[in-house]
Order: sequence, then C-alpha cells, then structure tokens
Amino acid sequence: MKQQNILSQVKGLTFRELLYNNEVRAFFFQVATFLLIAGLFYTIIGNLFDNIEARGIHTGFSFLKNRAGFDILPFLGNYLQDYTPESSNLTVFYVGLINTLIVAFVGIIITTFLGLFIGIARLSNNYLVAKLAGGYIELFRNIPVLLQIFFWYNIFINIFPHPKKSFSFFDIAFLNQRGLYLPKPILESGFSLVIIAFVVGIILTVFMKRYFNKKHDETGVYTRTLGYSTLLILGLPAVFFLLLGSPLSFDLAVLGKFNLKGGMQVVPEFIALTFALSVYTATYIAEAIRSGIEAVDKGQKEAAAAIGLTQTQSLKLIILPQALRVAIPPTINQYLNLTKNSSLATAIGYPELMSAFGGTVLNQVGQAVEILGMAMLVYLFISLSISLLLNIINKRMAIPER
Amino acid sequence: MAVNELQTTRKPPISQIGAVLWLRTNLFSSWINGLLTFASLYLLFITIPPLLDWMFFSANFNFGTVNILGFDIKFSEVMADNDNCGREAACWPFIYEKIYMFIYGFYPREEVWRADVFYGLTALLIVIVRLVKNYKYKNKVILSMIITYPIVSYILIAGGFGLLPVVETHLWGGLLLTLIIASVGIVVSFPIGVVLALGRQSDLKVIKLFSTIFIEFIRGVPLITILFMASFVLPLFLESGTNFDKLLRALIAIALFQAAYFAEVVRGGLQAIPKGQYEAADAIGLSYFQKNALIILPQALKISIPNIVGSSISLFKDTTLVLIIGLLDMLAMVNMTSQDIYWLGRETEGYATVTMVFWVMLYSMSRYSRKLEIRFNTENIN
Amino acid sequence: METENNASNIIEISDLNKWYGDFHALKNINMSVKEGEIIVVCGPSGSGKSTLIRCVNFLEKFQEGTIVVSGTELTDDAQKIRKIRSEVSMVFQHFNLFPHLSIVDNLSLAPIWVHNETKEEAREKALKFLERVDIKEQAEKYPNQLSGGQQQRVAIARSLCTTPKIMLFDEPTSALDPEMISEVLDVMVELAKGGITMICVTHEMGFARKVANRIIFMDEGQIVEENDPINFFKNPESDRLQLFLSQILTH
Repeated sequence: MKQQNILSQVKGLTFRELLYNNEVRAFFFQVATFLLIAGLFYTIIGNLFDNIEARGIHTGFSFLKNRAGFDILPFLGNYLQDYTPESSNLTVFYVGLINTLIVAFVGIIITTFLGLFIGIARLSNNYLVAKLAGGYIELFRNIPVLLQIFFWYNIFINIFPHPKKSFSFFDIAFLNQRGLYLPKPILESGFSLVIIAFVVGIILTVFMKRYFNKKHDETGVYTRTLGYSTLLILGLPAVFFLLLGSPLSFDLAVLGKFNLKGGMQVVPEFIALTFALSVYTATYIAEAIRSGIEAVDKGQKEAAAAIGLTQTQSLKLIILPQALRVAIPPTINQYLNLTKNSSLATAIGYPELMSAFGGTVLNQVGQAVEILGMAMLVYLFISLSISLLLNIINKRMAIPER
Repeated sequence: MAVNELQTTRKPPISQIGAVLWLRTNLFSSWINGLLTFASLYLLFITIPPLLDWMFFSANFNFGTVNILGFDIKFSEVMADNDNCGREAACWPFIYEKIYMFIYGFYPREEVWRADVFYGLTALLIVIVRLVKNYKYKNKVILSMIITYPIVSYILIAGGFGLLPVVETHLWGGLLLTLIIASVGIVVSFPIGVVLALGRQSDLKVIKLFSTIFIEFIRGVPLITILFMASFVLPLFLESGTNFDKLLRALIAIALFQAAYFAEVVRGGLQAIPKGQYEAADAIGLSYFQKNALIILPQALKISIPNIVGSSISLFKDTTLVLIIGLLDMLAMVNMTSQDIYWLGRETEGYATVTMVFWVMLYSMSRYSRKLEIRFNTENIN
Repeated sequence: METENNASNIIEISDLNKWYGDFHALKNINMSVKEGEIIVVCGPSGSGKSTLIRCVNFLEKFQEGTIVVSGTELTDDAQKIRKIRSEVSMVFQHFNLFPHLSIVDNLSLAPIWVHNETKEEAREKALKFLERVDIKEQAEKYPNQLSGGQQQRVAIARSLCTTPKIMLFDEPTSALDPEMISEVLDVMVELAKGGITMICVTHEMGFARKVANRIIFMDEGQIVEENDPINFFKNPESDRLQLFLSQILTH
C-alpha cells in the first residue's frame, strides 16, 4: 500500500502553498484545537488547586478510610456491608453502590414485564384494552419522573396508615407508612443444595435443548421440550427441597401493640423510587415493543402461513426474531436510563450512590472533585458496559444487506 | 347453459352491522376478549370514580369570595383553613392561597407584571410558530424570534441596564423558573449541539475525538452528577473570588447536558444525508463552511425536527431536577408551600396541581411532535 | 507548476496511481485531453472509470502521479481546488440536486457563493440555462417534483451555470428509466456540438459513436485501449475489449 505522509507532501512547498494546503491546514487546525482544550484544562486545574489550597480543602482519597459517623436508612446495602456509623466512607460507597444496583435490578425486572404487557395491550384488538394501554402511556410518559417519585413517596407519608392500622394481606404481608413488610426467608443448612439443583437443572436443560435440536437437524424429528424443561428446572430443586426436609422457613411480621415486629421491611423510599421508575420507563419500553411488532411487515405473516407454518411456528421463527431486532436496542437503552434515573433517589433520601455517597459524604468531607469523580466513573462504567453489550447485540442481529 | 337471474343486493346479517358489530369485533370477539373487557371496566371502576371524588365531588372549594374579572363570586362565607378542610378529599383553598408561589415563586408582587408579560410573550411565540407554518420566510421569522426571545425575556425578568429594577435570581421561582430554565437550556444548548455533531462527523481526528469523548461522557452520567459538579466544583474551576449565581450554574450544567443529546439527534440527521449531496456541494466548489451552512445542515436539521422536539420535551421534564441543588422551580414549590405551619400535610394537593400543569404542557408538546413526525413522513422534503 | 506539454492540452494526466486501502484502483494512467475534445470512457463496472474522472476535480484524492487541469497542477491545496472546481463541473449518476432548494435556487447557488455574482445576475443566467435544457417552466418547483430525466437535465443546467471549461459526466443515464435516457442524451449531444470539453463515463455506445472524438476502454484500473470511434468498434485489438463489446452490443 502506498501512503504519503504529511512530511513528504510538505517538502518543497512554498510558503503560499503551505498556507493553502488542506493537509497542513487540517493538521494545524487540530493542533490549535488540542492546544486550546489543553490550555483550558491547564487553567481550570490550576485554579482548582489554588482554590482548594485557599479554602483549606483536603485532597486525595484518604477520606475513604475515615469514619463515616452517620446513620444510613437500613436497606440491603447496610445488611450486606454490616454498616454502622463506625464504618468507613468507603463502606458508604459500597452501600450506595449496592443500593443503586438493587433499584436497577428490581426496576428493570418490573419495567420489562410492565412494558411488555402494556406494549402488547396497546396492539390488542380489544378496543378498551388498547385505549387503556394508550392512556397509561400518555399519562405516565408526560409527567416528570421526579414528580412521580415524590408523588408515590407522599402516598406513603400522607395517605398510608400508621403501623397499628396496617393494610394486611392475609397476615402475611403488611403495608403502612413505614413501608412493606414481607415474610423474611430464613435459610437453613442444606438450602444451598436446592440452589445447586436449580442451576444444574438449567444446565441440563441447555444440553437437552442442544441434543434435541441436533436430532431435529439430523433426523427431522421434532420433539417438544417444554415439559422436560419445566421438570428439570422446577422439579429437580423441588425434589431436593422435600428430600432435605424443607430447609427454608419464613419469619412473618407480627402486628404488635404499636408496631410490626419481625419480618422483612422494605422501606417506602425504595418502593416509591422503584415503582415510579418502573412505571415511567415502562411507557418507553411499551412503545419499543409496539414499534418492534409493527415493524414486521404484514407480508411476513402471510408468507409464513403460505409456506405452511403453524401460528406458533410463525411467531417463533418469523415474527419474533424480526420484532425483537427492532425492540431490543431501545429497550436496553431504557434500562440504562432507569439506572441513571435511580440517582433521583437523592430527592427522597433513599441511600443509593448519589444520595449516600455523593450527597451525605460530600457534605461532610467537602471533597467534591474526588467524590463526584468516583460517582461519575461508576455511572460511566455502567453506561459503557451497556453500550458495549448493545454493539455486540446489534452486530449479532444485523441482517446482511447489500 | 343456464342464465342466472340478476341478484338483488341485500344488507348483511344483523350480526354484521352497526353497534352490535362494533361491540362484537372490538370488545367480545372471543371469550378471552370478553374477559379482558370486563377486567378493563373493573380497572376503570376502581380508579376513576375515587379520583373524581377526591378531586371534585368531595373536594373542598370554599374559597370565600373571589374577584374574577371584576365580578365578586361567592364560593362560601369564609375561606376554609387547614383544620376544617378535611383530609379525605382535596382541599383546593390551599392551592388558591398559594397559587402566586406556584406561578411566580418569590418574584416581588409590585414587579409581577413583568412576569406576566413574559408569559404573554411565550404564548405569542407559540402562536406565531404555529401560524407561520406555510409562510415563505418562516425559517427566518422563527430563527429571529428564537434569538430575540431569550434576550428580551432576560432583560424583562432580571431587570437592570437602567431600564427596570433588578430582581435577583433567588427570587425567581415556580412555573416562571421552570419555563426560563427550559427555554434558555434549549436555546443555548442547540448551537453547541450542532457544532458537536459536526465535530463528531468530522474527518479531523482530534476534533472527532474530543467531540465524541464529550458527548459520550455527558450521556453516560446522570444529570444530577453534572448539576452537582456545576454546583460544587465549577466555582473551584474559576479564578478565586469569582462568585456566580446558583441559577447560572444550573443553566450551564443543563446547557452542556442537553447539548450532548442534541448533538446525537443532529448527528442522526447528518447521517441520513446521502453522500451525493456532499459530493455535489464539493464539485460546485463550495467551501466546508458553505457546504454545511447551505446544503447539509438545512436538510439535516429539517429531518431532525421531530427528534429535536422530542429531546426538548425530555429537557423540559429534566428541569425539575434543579430543586435538588436548591432552586425553587414549580415542583420545589410543593415542598415549600406545604411547610407553611398553617397548611401542614397538603403535599398531595400540591403534587396534583403541579402534575396537571406539567401534564398539559408535556402532552401538548408530544402531540405536536407526533404531528410533525407524521407530516414529515408523508411529505417530500422541500 | 507550468507544464512543458502542448498548451492545447487542457487536461494532462501522467502516471496516476490510486489505492483504496490495499486495493489498487487506478494503475499508471496516462492520458491527455485537448480543448474542445469529447472523450467517452467505458468499461465494466469496477474498472476505475468513475474513480478516474472523480480524480480530475479532486473528489477523490490520489497517491501518485500528476493531474494538470488548464495549467494548474492538482494538489491538496484549498485555493487550487476551488479554482479547478470553478472551471470543471460534474454531472452525477444520481443527479445529486439539492432537494431543499427550488430548481432555480439549485442553479444559482454556485454563481452566488463561489463566483460572487449578484442574486439577479445568477437568477437570469439560471433561467437562460433552464431554457437551454428545455425545462424553464419548472423553475420554481422542487427537485423531487420532477421526473428523473428532468432532474438530470436540471443537473446539467446547474453544471453549466458556472460557465465551466470542462464538463465531467459520471454515468449520467444509468439511473434513468429507459424512456428518459434520450432526452438527456439529446441535451448532451447539443452541448458536444457547442464546443465544450467533455469527459463522459457512459455505457451509451450510440452516443459514443455519434459525438466522441476518442473512446477509452478501461478494465481493472488500467486504460486497455483507446481509439477513434470508428476503429474502436470496428477493429478492437485486445481480447478484453472484444469481450466487452460483444456483451454490450448483443442486446
């Protein structure tokens, strides 16, 4: 391959020619931009150090080792990290991170099912169902999500009853101002075997699927595997569960004189946040699902019927693969948005990353650059991982075209 | 060979026409469909009546005597207060008493006409944009309005320049602040977004790299982190002693944030322009600047308009986040007003009011965006 | 840089080589075009013929060799490129009209912005050329409202508006429906009679036979054969040209 570099081109040019040479111009324009931006950073960082010194703010990451000294609303992060006010600021970071991830995880699961449901309902040929789904989308999409978070949180604070008068669901679960009380699962020894059985069931199912697919390819005989799969994935752990003498019990919340005792408390902040984010994000996922289904050409269904596929086969082999190709990328983007929006917890004090670490620790320590930098890096890491995942999916799903 | 008699046309069986047909096909085409219909009706039954009851039928409208356009309208003998307003349904007298704060924040009452003129101008802008739809110079009209609107608004609301008394920004609040943040955010971030989009599409590697890093960085983090950055770190970046306004800091954060999103929208438009347009522009000898200003951007921006409106709607929703760094927008006013010791525990009414205002504005914007999209999909570009 | 070649050569291409990545797209091209000459370039697809004429107005950069157009050597120099592009105009396969501008604005754009003419002069000239391609009544319409043939005639008028010395045609009829080809070819024949220098990449052999002074056959990035129209069709020397002609003339 022949490539002329800029030097060989520039050699022997007169000054006028240099001035008008596009390569030279591009080079200098880029150098100038680089210098401008570098200069900007240089000034900014210079000012930053001057200001930090002038204000007597500490620098560096030694604050992470210091005692945090404040209480955090008890939730999953606290339990997993054994958090006490004596713990370090770094522990607060982990607590926040865990709480962010749990909101994202639960939120994504709820919003997926909700979005799928609404999206399909939107296309229902039942007039009322379709209109209701449309109404849901228009209603919740056009209200700022922060307002929705406040609204649901306010329902807990102002509308739901005192613990004494909790709404009770068959004395198993209770709902009141302090949140939702669920039975607390207590795992006894041997339960891990049940979980192992579950995992083994999934692995066996995958192998079984492969085997029957191969058989289908080689002999043309198709075997329905749904029954076997259920048996493996659910039956196998169930057998172990019974054989080991039910190594799982629940600690139920009990209504005492003034308060509920025992059980597992899900704080209202978590419920309000997760619910609002799921409800809001589901409107976008529903639209993604709908556009995915609508994107499949009507002729595809007819062609599938014409070559003799059954309805189920047509859905599985023709319609869904094309619909998902359109629906999955925006859906994953919405997962990312949900995760980023979980930072709105700051407004109601659910202790996730931006609230516990970016908020409380920042106020106490004052090292905004380090703390916000760490928080931003976490979000960037999540975003970039999801972009990477999306790229891989897009590449695998791309239909070759001329 | 038999000759058939001419058949007379007749109406289809009764099950195939009119209301019966509509009900059959749309609500009861199968037993499962019928079940869904009843489930939907049940859902409506448990949500709508209690909501209406809370908002209207059992709600308290005891405003006392209200002067509307010069007429005294008597709702009740005296205005209800927090204790005799009831907790089971909405207490609208609370909103009635606090409405000024929801609309203007702490803007001084003797200067409030300026805020009213601002609202009037905003309404006029919307009307003009919709009226000039088919006017030949619509682009010039809209562009000049979009440039003058923020300048005029700023002079009007902030005062100074020896024309009007200065009203400090910490007094701005409520819907007024929400609209200012949204409009300034959109107007300032748009040109930055266009430049970033061109930068990311550029052949110059350094420019492309910087643009890409900026866009991806901003889009990768939540707005809150950027608002916090602007609030805590931005002052440290500047020469010590430079002191600047909380609102300005929030506006810088929002403008940079939105610019990254606009950049991606515009880039989408740029990518839709066929290569031949670039080549034709090159072949007739246009410079880089002329090529983009005369040929590429007019087409790319036009394609992007529905997405630009969509992105602006997102920004409008995001303005509520400024309350987290202590600005008093419309949503913040709910928390503010319900801390009044005479009106404790009235957040629900506040949220309901703000929800309605936001919903009406956002819904009309999204309807407009969808209308544009449909028009663009059916119409040739010209 | 001045050339020592015959001054009547308006285009002088010597030892031109171009690569796309590792792909050698043009191999040692040498050719010259005299003022007023009509050249037709043909060859199978992927033979480099479009690439060649796109190098002449520097839409494509090349790595080796020189191209001199009316006394100016082509280098990556903003001023020179602007000068050459104002003297060389191009008609594209897909017309590439600007869809957001009316026909008359499409034509007057370059005169106004590149040649610094007044709006009125440019408009007058635009209407004159539209009349010449017989499409004046469509002046206020937009490109997408016209048929393919009309669009291509507008594109030709647009490239005439800058009063070029040289016109490049990049397969101007390939994207047209068969019934529209002749209206465009008629305009091109008209132009050829007017004495302008033309290089046409085209498969229209009838056109080539009728107006070309020289026909160049390219294959795999090289000039395989060039000849005057009569001998080109009558006595093709290389096997490749014979094969090409047999393929293209059988139907």
